[in-house]
Amino acid sequence: MSLDKISNTIQKYWFMFTELVKRDFKQRYKRSILGMAWSVLSPLLTLLVMKIIFSTFFSKNIPHYTIYLLSGNIILSYYKESTKNGMRSLTSNAKIFTKINVPKWLFLLSKNVSALVNFGLTLLVYFAFCIFDRIEFSPRMVILIFPSLCLLILNIGIGAILSAMYVFFEDTSYLYDVVLTLLTYVSAIFYSVSMFTRDVQRLFLLNPVYVYIKYFRMVVIDGVVPSLSYHLLCVFYAVFYLSIGMTIYKKYNHKFLYYL
Amino acid sequence: MSVIDCQHVSIRYITGDFKSIGLKEYVVRRLTRNYHVKEFWADKDVTFRLEKGDMLGIIGSNGAGKSTLLKAITGIMVPTGGHIRVNGNIAALLELASGFDGDMTVRENTYLRGALLGYTRKFLDEKYDEIIRFAELEDFQDYMFKQLSSGMKSRLAFSIACLVNPDILILDEVLSVGDGAFRKKSGAKMTEIINSGVTAILVSHVMPQVRELCNKILWLEHGKQIAFSDDVETICDAYEEFLNNPDKKKKPPKNEKQLLELSEKYKVRMALEREKKEQAEREKLAKAVADLEAQRKAAGEGDDAGKG
Repeated sequence: MSLDKISNTIQKYWFMFTELVKRDFKQRYKRSILGMAWSVLSPLLTLLVMKIIFSTFFSKNIPHYTIYLLSGNIILSYYKESTKNGMRSLTSNAKIFTKINVPKWLFLLSKNVSALVNFGLTLLVYFAFCIFDRIEFSPRMVILIFPSLCLLILNIGIGAILSAMYVFFEDTSYLYDVVLTLLTYVSAIFYSVSMFTRDVQRLFLLNPVYVYIKYFRMVVIDGVVPSLSYHLLCVFYAVFYLSIGMTIYKKYNHKFLYYL
Repeated sequence: MSVIDCQHVSIRYITGDFKSIGLKEYVVRRLTRNYHVKEFWADKDVTFRLEKGDMLGIIGSNGAGKSTLLKAITGIMVPTGGHIRVNGNIAALLELASGFDGDMTVRENTYLRGALLGYTRKFLDEKYDEIIRFAELEDFQDYMFKQLSSGMKSRLAFSIACLVNPDILILDEVLSVGDGAFRKKSGAKMTEIINSGVTAILVSHVMPQVRELCNKILWLEHGKQIAFSDDVETICDAYEEFLNNPDKKKKPPKNEKQLLELSEKYKVRMALEREKKEQAEREKLAKAVADLEAQRKAAGEGDDAGKG
């Protein structure tokens, strides 16, 4: 293929991608200002309820409890939203790709963009609360881009796996809801893992969402940059799930059609 | 270099229990060995080649594998066996009115669909006005897509797909869309594209249309290729004769000899029918003449009686 042709192809796909992103945004916010505000308000409401209820139990042992809660909340809700949207990316666009020849992963990526932008908005709220909670800002916090990036890649990977499963099995969405509920409890959103023995604490690291939440808390609350091996763990989860997702897409790319 | 080259293309479909059973059900069925999947070949060993400017007609009864073959040519499906080579960009009109977003405006939908069809932004910017004008939706550009009538929707779909100059045009039983005036207009546009020297594929059940437009013909029956030829008339004759046979278990011709026999039979039948028709016509005429004569006679006799 000549260079000209490659750049042409990239341009073509980029245009498709931007138009799909535009559509997903319009679908999401339905042209309302409240829609945008809601994505910020909803984690705040969750925070408020959690703060009121769990403060009595946990706030004595956990410093900066508000930020502790918020770190868990925004990351978990980003993960939830992104993977749930990703799960539907194939089935909701079935009418398009069964009639027009388009690369299917574009639908997944575009769904992830709108969730990512939403995460960006909640991050703004997060930093505003850091000021309230008298947390000192330092240049160190720039490194939070790293776990966010890993999280994005993880979400794309999980989204790919789920979207393929959802094509084959209709009850995937119900089963995944159950998984998400369980995930909420094992991600140490409102409690601290220090209550458990060291071995159990290590088990928590099997949960990638918890790993990224812990990264945020280490940088923002404890004021330390995690070790190199911790970084490697973050990368491992992202790459691991992405490669599973890509393998599935590669294998079933032309079989989705039979199931829709 | 040929524009479309299909070599021994086979496409396998799967049907059976797997559709709309959940993961739990799937696991249970797998464990109880109650999970059955059937395979069938929608297309089996189809081979043909088209040069620039060719117009191919694909004929065959329902379920012959025509639409599946079109999907493979457009790249939506991938053949299980064999290979397809396509040179040039394809405009395919396969139920295009679906897949729009009801909550987006006409303008937004036009850009989205254009992008998905592989147009560049620059191209769409240039062509947008023309598309809207052709679809006659100038006053509806900022309406939500769901507010349009179904006629308007198909007009828009048609205009977006056809206002490019494709190298290859694929038509699945549509030569024109919409109502009244637009039907004429879209038909004219189709003819214009076809005459401009594109390579086109037409799936149709309207035999006079196929005979008139196509210079090559492919006959499929239950996924099998019965014939591919540039002798359109002979194949169409044989096909019509085949359709004419009321026997439910009828077999399509197996070789060229049987095919030619069928087409001969058709010619004989047509000749016979023509003769019968002419005979009937003649008889009708003779009867009319006789009637007239009898009337006149009766009138004459009446006069005679009056005189007497």
